[in-house]
Amino acid sequence: MQTEFSKEQNLLRDVVSRALRDKSPATAVREQMASDRGYDEAVWQELCGDAGLAGVHVPEAYDGAGGGAVELGIVAEEMGRTLFCGPWFASAVMAGTALLEAANESDRQPLLPGVADGSTIATLVLDDLNGPAGVGSSIRVVEDGKLSGTAAMAVDAHVADLLLVVARGVGGLGLHAVQGGASGLMVEPLQVVDPTRKLSRVAFTDVPARRVGDVTREALSRIWDRICSALAHEMIGGAQHLFETTVNYTKERYQFGRPIGSFQALKHRCADLLLEIEIARALTHHSARCLDAGEGEPYVASMAKAAAADAYMSAARAGIQLRGGIGFTWENDTHLWFKRAKASEVLFGTPAIHRERMMTMLEGAA
Amino acid sequence: MTPDQIRREVSAWLDANWRVDRPLVEWRNILLEGGWAAPHWPEEWYGRGFTLDETAVVAEVFREKDVVPAAQVGPRGLASETILACGSDDQKGRFLRPILTGEHTWCQLFSEPGSGSDLAGLSTRAEFKDGKWIVNGQKVWNTSAHHADFGLLVARTDWDVPKHQGISYFLLDMRQPGVEARPLRQMNGHQSFNEVFMTNAEVPPEDLIGGEGNGWHVAKTTLSFERRGFSRRVRGSSLDGPKQGPIYAEYEEELRIATEPYTWYPQREGRVDLVLPRARETGAINDPATRQEIAKLICLYTGARLASDSAEARRKAGTTEIIPAGSIGKLAASVIARQASYVHTMISGADAMLSGPDSAADGIIAEVLVSVPAISIAGGTDEIQRNIISERVLGMPKGYRADQGPFRDIKRNA
Repeated sequence: MQTEFSKEQNLLRDVVSRALRDKSPATAVREQMASDRGYDEAVWQELCGDAGLAGVHVPEAYDGAGGGAVELGIVAEEMGRTLFCGPWFASAVMAGTALLEAANESDRQPLLPGVADGSTIATLVLDDLNGPAGVGSSIRVVEDGKLSGTAAMAVDAHVADLLLVVARGVGGLGLHAVQGGASGLMVEPLQVVDPTRKLSRVAFTDVPARRVGDVTREALSRIWDRICSALAHEMIGGAQHLFETTVNYTKERYQFGRPIGSFQALKHRCADLLLEIEIARALTHHSARCLDAGEGEPYVASMAKAAAADAYMSAARAGIQLRGGIGFTWENDTHLWFKRAKASEVLFGTPAIHRERMMTMLEGAA
Repeated sequence: MTPDQIRREVSAWLDANWRVDRPLVEWRNILLEGGWAAPHWPEEWYGRGFTLDETAVVAEVFREKDVVPAAQVGPRGLASETILACGSDDQKGRFLRPILTGEHTWCQLFSEPGSGSDLAGLSTRAEFKDGKWIVNGQKVWNTSAHHADFGLLVARTDWDVPKHQGISYFLLDMRQPGVEARPLRQMNGHQSFNEVFMTNAEVPPEDLIGGEGNGWHVAKTTLSFERRGFSRRVRGSSLDGPKQGPIYAEYEEELRIATEPYTWYPQREGRVDLVLPRARETGAINDPATRQEIAKLICLYTGARLASDSAEARRKAGTTEIIPAGSIGKLAASVIARQASYVHTMISGADAMLSGPDSAADGIIAEVLVSVPAISIAGGTDEIQRNIISERVLGMPKGYRADQGPFRDIKRNA
């Protein structure tokens, strides 16, 4: 199994990093987070339509770049670093992964290329975002394959052309394709803590849908793992950004006639944070390599998600605290990352849920 | 040379020379003359100029053939590497051979009661009188000093210059009336270290190493070998199980004495390996709170190992980035040991009050609970590691220092 990034993968990171620094500066983040749609369509076209960032993990047969979880993670990490605003996570990561893991071949062919080239904005609708066990509790297949029920929260559903919905039918869970704007579909944008990632309540009342595949327990677990690994990468990128800017701030800020970074109380907190991020990063990169190779601990994705979430929140708390009062202002950018950290910590399972999931995989249920 | 060539050459030599009925020292002298005692040393000093990887191949063949290697366990490795790096030809000629043969054991005389983390603040005094150095002062944390023949000693020879500049480094004969080693008992009951008292101890001028006032530089050389593990090559040396033949009896006795101070070291690292078996055995594995803490431990342990492997791979690939793998790894080991100790306590519950043969894992768990504090102190405290990481990796500014100028004027412990 791979243990380091290849030359091509490092190159991908450089290209994505440069593009995002250019297209997603903090000023753009602030502009998009205040908008209703939440992203800039011209930037979306450049990054996903032209540069192919929504298809890095999609096989070439579906017009993707043919990479895997490692490539997806690289893009996620750089997006997390710049707090990129756009439906990339919902469409490429969530919907793309669901199609790859659960859709029938005959249904992938018409749906996946559009997701891979960014021309279709898709999302995955789950009626529980805490853990795979709760999925299928509300949304049901009613007569004629139509869907009824509610997802309390769905990522970027307000801009989705295509909603992939996991719903319970007579034969168990299935993946269902619903067109944006379908009759009986109600998408209601929600007020959120992290405005850089929009959430909506999605209610289905006899909504026409097409079943595109079965979602077995194993498939749902694989989908969950891949999404969590990508999310962990995104969190590591954000944590690294906060860490670097915070350390730099302590070198520039003077109090008591000295840079505050010369005080051991701050130095030691930064050293501890470095260690926490290094460990979380190692677990995160390991998770993607294991998913691609089909090797490693069965609970790698949960280790990565739990560790990255804790590290991101540590970086976010330190980012505010080490800046003092200025860090608590709206004007300072730190809170933008703090809020993303908080939202990502709980999306697809809190660290505690993932630690219990690890132990269940390792030792069985308590 | 390729590993196969090395393998063939050392195998042929061993087939011709290795015998289990030779006395230990006689065998090691043959080993020295053959150039296989320390293959990573230069050719003029018993070696072959091998890289550490090539040397590892030689060690592997020794293990496969159950051959007794040169003496290497304990502080003697620090002595030989330091003398090889900084000593004069006369010193190398006198000291290296008996270290490799095992005739001389060594100890390190660095830390003092008044200078722990601030090693350069040491105040053991060496004065040149009547053609020799006279040493007065006290050292502490001296592994193996109670049976050592020689000590690696740092002492202050000039009190009127800044602290790092007034230190000299000596090779001290421990077998003299002015040197007394007293065992020091630790909170876990073991006696792994000593205090060493020097009262008008003598060092001949030819046993000053690296030149007068240059002791800090030589000490840093020793410390770099210590960080690279030259003080405790236990695994590389022990043979698998008892072997038949007179030489093995001598060797096992040497190993027993040399490794005795380290028997509790696995316990200070937290015994992560015992966590799951004990949790299953006691049923604690079904307690949700304990499960959370075990999962945190697994994440820390797995992540730290992966991070360390990755740093090692980048170092081998010749990266230019600063990776203080030692400091990060040491800090990680402290965090892991603390978490493991915490989990062991949760698993034991009230039984954690017991120690000895009737307690969990034949007393091992009790030893973990009272040994883990050591890992955050030995070899540079967690706080010193955090200073190193923040200053060298993160480039954070150094703090205010109150120890500049002549050492004589600096405030220190009474």
